[in-house]
Amino acid sequence: MRPARLTVLSAAAVVVALTAVTGCADKGDDSGSGAIKVNATDSGCEVSKTEFPAGKVSIEVENKGSKVTELYVLFPDDRIVAERENIGPGTKATITAEIKAGDYAFACKPGMKGDGIRTKVKATGQGSGEKRSPELDAAVASYRKYVVEQAEASLPTTKTFVDAVKAGDVEAAKKAYAPSRLGWERTEPVAESFGDIDPKVDVREDGLEAGQTWTGWHRLEKALWADNKIGDDEKKLADTLMTDVTEWHKKIGTAEITPTSMANGAKELLDEVATGKVTGEEERYSHTDLIDFKGNVEGAEKAYELLKPTAQKNDAELVKQLDTQFAALNTLLDKYRADKNGYEFTSYDKVGDAERKELSDGVNSLAEPLSKLAAAVAK
Amino acid sequence: MTDQVSQESSTGAGAPSRRSVLGWGGAGLAIGAAAAGGTVAALGGGSDMAPAASAGAAVPFHGEHQSGIASAVQDRLHFAAFDVKTKNRDELVRLLKEWTAAARLMTAGLPVGDAYEGLPEAPPTDTGEALGLKPSRLTLTIGFGPGLFAKDRFGLEGKRPEALVDLEAFPGDNLDQARSGGDLCVQACADDPQVAVHAIRQLARIGFGKVAVRWSQLGFGKTSSTTPDAQTPRNMMGFKDGTRNVSGTDTAALDKHVWVGANDGSAWLTGGSYLVARRIRMHIETWDRTSLQEQEDVFGRDKGEGAPVGKSKERDEPFLKAMKPQAHVRLAHPDSNDGATILRRGYSFTDGTDGLGRLDAGLFFLAYQRDVRKGFIPIQRQLAKNDALNEYIQHVGSAVFAVPPGVRDKDDWWGRTLFA
Repeated sequence: MRPARLTVLSAAAVVVALTAVTGCADKGDDSGSGAIKVNATDSGCEVSKTEFPAGKVSIEVENKGSKVTELYVLFPDDRIVAERENIGPGTKATITAEIKAGDYAFACKPGMKGDGIRTKVKATGQGSGEKRSPELDAAVASYRKYVVEQAEASLPTTKTFVDAVKAGDVEAAKKAYAPSRLGWERTEPVAESFGDIDPKVDVREDGLEAGQTWTGWHRLEKALWADNKIGDDEKKLADTLMTDVTEWHKKIGTAEITPTSMANGAKELLDEVATGKVTGEEERYSHTDLIDFKGNVEGAEKAYELLKPTAQKNDAELVKQLDTQFAALNTLLDKYRADKNGYEFTSYDKVGDAERKELSDGVNSLAEPLSKLAAAVAK
Repeated sequence: MTDQVSQESSTGAGAPSRRSVLGWGGAGLAIGAAAAGGTVAALGGGSDMAPAASAGAAVPFHGEHQSGIASAVQDRLHFAAFDVKTKNRDELVRLLKEWTAAARLMTAGLPVGDAYEGLPEAPPTDTGEALGLKPSRLTLTIGFGPGLFAKDRFGLEGKRPEALVDLEAFPGDNLDQARSGGDLCVQACADDPQVAVHAIRQLARIGFGKVAVRWSQLGFGKTSSTTPDAQTPRNMMGFKDGTRNVSGTDTAALDKHVWVGANDGSAWLTGGSYLVARRIRMHIETWDRTSLQEQEDVFGRDKGEGAPVGKSKERDEPFLKAMKPQAHVRLAHPDSNDGATILRRGYSFTDGTDGLGRLDAGLFFLAYQRDVRKGFIPIQRQLAKNDALNEYIQHVGSAVFAVPPGVRDKDDWWGRTLFA
């Protein structure tokens, strides 16, 4: 959690929300003469025309297969323009969406899994001159996949935590607390771009606004570690957390991600470490700060690795520095866990002042060059 | 007040404001560097020992000695000690060159690269808080701590000067290791605190990944001057401090007591000096409850004029035997220490209050000398053992550095004589 910050990411999220509204699926009789027909089967996704005029577009999907399917309209970087889920075998659905000129993909997902069966399409018309780099589109698409996977993986881990709270099992809940947060910590800047979810799941007590009810992970953290008990309120809050995390997972695919926002997001993850984790403020009751710390660094490193081919061409010296500093910080963090593949880190209240200074120096050493990644990608 | 007056009347020639220079055209780093060269040439040529003319002007960065030692003492200080993080000698050298280039710009009153005209996606190179401010006599002075010369580090083991000794533990020391030591130090002095803070901030930022700030200290009032004609400043105890300090224009005294000579044993340090930094906390509240008589006895001078005991004027020659045996001035005097003489350049500090409601204040003592073993050490041995002032002070931080000679010209860099 961090205070509201006007980023490219959050500003863009508003636009996405509007797109989602206009791109709503309905069964209306909008299927005029210009409708695009999609025949979906268990192994195919046949599109009637791959070029159509930009503007209001109607897509008629018929599921001729035996599995429940979905249809997505995607930007080249996999951001969702419009979608329709739960199209049962033998049923039809119509999607209408406002589609601007440019390149897109239709994706059918039989069984509602995987990347889908894709067909490239083009909306023709004015304003299609937007320059896109296939390399960066691929980077964004891979990052989007990572972000979605992290949200997906958080569903079962959060459920384990929530179930333990609801069972009144303090010890089991304590054990499940930090692992349930890992996916969030890895992708926080994107997760936070949905302005309404972050204050529900990740706010700390001192971050509450007047009149705001305290919910989410940290509220339960305090109950478990400071109060050492689970009451009826906590059990209800556990349900609320599950609902909110599910909502995050549902929305995450529509997040606007650009190469610049990925780079800035990586830097922001280090900012999170510098302001919240190194000081021990984030997990003040559970002292699980180093797990969050590792999650933040992993998320930043993921974004960096995907942007690296582009950055390498524009600023090879920067890439060298970042490789060195990511490795150095990871080595430093490894001092605080016995199992180098596990997430059992030293409790942060056992980390002394000199060690915290060393961690802080490591964060600064990485964050300073990382702040230059966006420019190296945007060049 | 005099400073303010002189500042207002000194906006004339030779003091470009950061804003006006920026306006010269687009000011990328390269353009900025060229402009800085011009400024230095226009202002410079003079010896760095001559007191800078006015509070707003630029002090020449290039010279035989680093400025910030014998040059006139400015009003404000930001001092930073760094740990070197990199293990790579070449990387350290690259940093010293980058630092030198940045220092050259900042002391001329210029920003370090773009402050607001760069790529929108990138953070500005210069942080911007000194835009529009005058050079403010900013001096940046670098020093090399003992750690830099450690075995198996940067191959400098054989170059450690004999006079760069690790300071012994003096009686009464209560040193906080987190506020002591350091592989490198930079002393930033300026008449505008924002200019001094800006300078350290830029250097720390350039250094991330290679060096890390170990500790830093702000000082708000000079306690010694190198300009004897000016009014002697007072320390936090209310006494004039530094009356008999080495004058910045007394070249004979500087050569004898401050600058390292060619035959002193470390050729690379010729024209350099040694710096001892001590954070000296004062027990302000108990001092304030001390009678005037005792205060004057402790120092050996009167509080108003600053005259030595038995004399009427501040600059009268002190008669040491007239003072109490444990008087501070008597014990610190060269005559009590086989002639040991140091150039003091300390600042008062107040870091707010401590948790007990006491002012966290005192003297950030900075002393330059030709040989630590013949300067600070004998004086401090004497003081630590006998000084009446010890009841009211405590040394809580300590560091020692070898201070290389000056950067000669635009191709030269901090530490060249050591590393090249």
